[in-house]
Amino acid sequence: MSTTTSSDARARAGRAGTGGGTGTGGAAGTGDGRPRQRLRRERREAPAPVGWIGAMVWFVIVAVPLYFLITTSLRTSSEYLLSGPMSVPKDLSFASYRLVLESGFGLLLLNTAIVTVATVAIVLALSLPAAYAIVRSRSRFVRRTFSVVLLGLAIPAQATIIPIYLMITQLHMYDTLLAIVLPTAAFAIPLSILVLTASLRDVPGELYEAMNVDGASPARTFWTLALPLSRGGITTVGIYTAMGAWNGFIFPLVLTQSESVRVLTLGLWTFQSQYGVNVPAITAAVTLSLLPLLALYLIGRRQLLSGLTAGFGK
Amino acid sequence: MARTTVGTGRPGALWAVPALGFFGLFALLPMAIVVYLSFTQWSGIGSPVFTGTDNWTKLAHDTQLMPSLRLTIGLTIVSWLLQTAICLPLGVWLAHHGRGRAVLAAVFFVPLLMSSAAIAILWGGLLDPNFGLASVVGPLIGVPDGNFIGDPDLVFWVVVAVVAWQFVPFHVLLYQGATRQVPGSLYEAARIDGAGRFRQFTAITVPQLKHTIITSSVLMLVGSMTYFEIILILTGGGPGTATRVLPLHMYIEGFQSFDMGYASVLAVLLLVLGTALSLFVTRATGFHRMDSQKEGL
Repeated sequence: MSTTTSSDARARAGRAGTGGGTGTGGAAGTGDGRPRQRLRRERREAPAPVGWIGAMVWFVIVAVPLYFLITTSLRTSSEYLLSGPMSVPKDLSFASYRLVLESGFGLLLLNTAIVTVATVAIVLALSLPAAYAIVRSRSRFVRRTFSVVLLGLAIPAQATIIPIYLMITQLHMYDTLLAIVLPTAAFAIPLSILVLTASLRDVPGELYEAMNVDGASPARTFWTLALPLSRGGITTVGIYTAMGAWNGFIFPLVLTQSESVRVLTLGLWTFQSQYGVNVPAITAAVTLSLLPLLALYLIGRRQLLSGLTAGFGK
Repeated sequence: MARTTVGTGRPGALWAVPALGFFGLFALLPMAIVVYLSFTQWSGIGSPVFTGTDNWTKLAHDTQLMPSLRLTIGLTIVSWLLQTAICLPLGVWLAHHGRGRAVLAAVFFVPLLMSSAAIAILWGGLLDPNFGLASVVGPLIGVPDGNFIGDPDLVFWVVVAVVAWQFVPFHVLLYQGATRQVPGSLYEAARIDGAGRFRQFTAITVPQLKHTIITSSVLMLVGSMTYFEIILILTGGGPGTATRVLPLHMYIEGFQSFDMGYASVLAVLLLVLGTALSLFVTRATGFHRMDSQKEGL
């Protein structure tokens, strides 16, 4: 999928020569990349009122609930009931946040963090060697592994909750954090292997050959070459897996019940039934659950977003 | 791949075994077990008891099956149409550079950070007919009591809207990324030929995004068919059974009525429908090689 600048330029030159029409060009390109810049500018210059109107409509649809979320969490319960959902809050109150933090929010956060870290660790520890083998091994078994993994992308987790519940209870792991971690990690593995395979394929074969000539074992090649050079892929997989584990709902729902192992997503639901009409407290809890990811989003938006669409495009 | 004399430096199959074993145990094995469970009776406690085809004959007498199935298919198709109609143009629009667009994009993608639980609970507050936004907006658009969520006819559209709110950003992101890969030369050629903005969109952008449209459609279709988290929290399947989609029906039969055997029948049904749907879309569009696109990170 890598459209190089030179092939772009070649196609463009072909177009200019024939006067346009079809999609292939043949003439030699200049390769200086200037035409592309000019193109960008041209495209930006023309205003697109229809596009802007549509985008503003969607902006309102996204922003209004977020505005409601933040402002409501900063109201007192009585002010919320009196002054309506969309008014600007008169004076900010952090009482709801205090209430939520004093209702065991810290434990929810801790449990969720444990689940997330453990899931990411398992996924990376298993997917990295597998991806390395898929790229470098000549065994037929490994090639089959890859097709099985691709097949695994299509399995909907929801349809497996009953057998997984059975397995977890038989293994005496029901109502533990490990019960959440295991299936969450398993369902993250196919996409992780896919992404890591792609990033390991980018390592030039000559480097592997050089290690081989030096007499390095596969393990040494893995540690000193493959691992450091696939840092991009590891970050992507880490983000994708961590987000999935942090926001996971269905496995905690069916595999745990005690307060001591409750994770954030389930905790929010409990808060909702517990606080009832105290919407400020509920929105404060939702906001708090969102904060860690929001902080990451502000720091590395580009990285985070590309991690989210891992394997599905670009 | 480069040639080596003897494959001494190459990793053996052993490297792939742990991942495959783990994945097999917690993702593939459950699919076999769920088929077995569909022939048993099990309340969730103790051991399943084999009862032959009892659960499968029960399927014919389940009066909730057809309504749930119809609802699921309706929700899947409407979600797919609506979300594609929003995501494709919006993604293309956001693919162009510019400061204004970047600012909007930063806000557009915030819902991506939120869990299903957070989104369902936020919308639960917004849709509260007494104090939520629904009480303000409802009277303006012909719902005087603002009770969108308690009305069996309106609630379908509420679910469609909230699910779209959650998933549109992801697919916008897919389309945005894919549009940026379209060679600019194609647009330049079209402009020389005098094609307007709309014509460029239909004649260049859409055909160039074919693979992304298919990937996104498969994810939307199979996703909406099996997804129920938001519905569970937002409506619990109600009012009555107005939003009891098939996967939610499965969850309720299994984990609220404790009839795991029958719930497994519904799970098998979901697995078959989901797989068939994704195969159908990929075959019908002549696009079997999904992996080739996914690899091109």
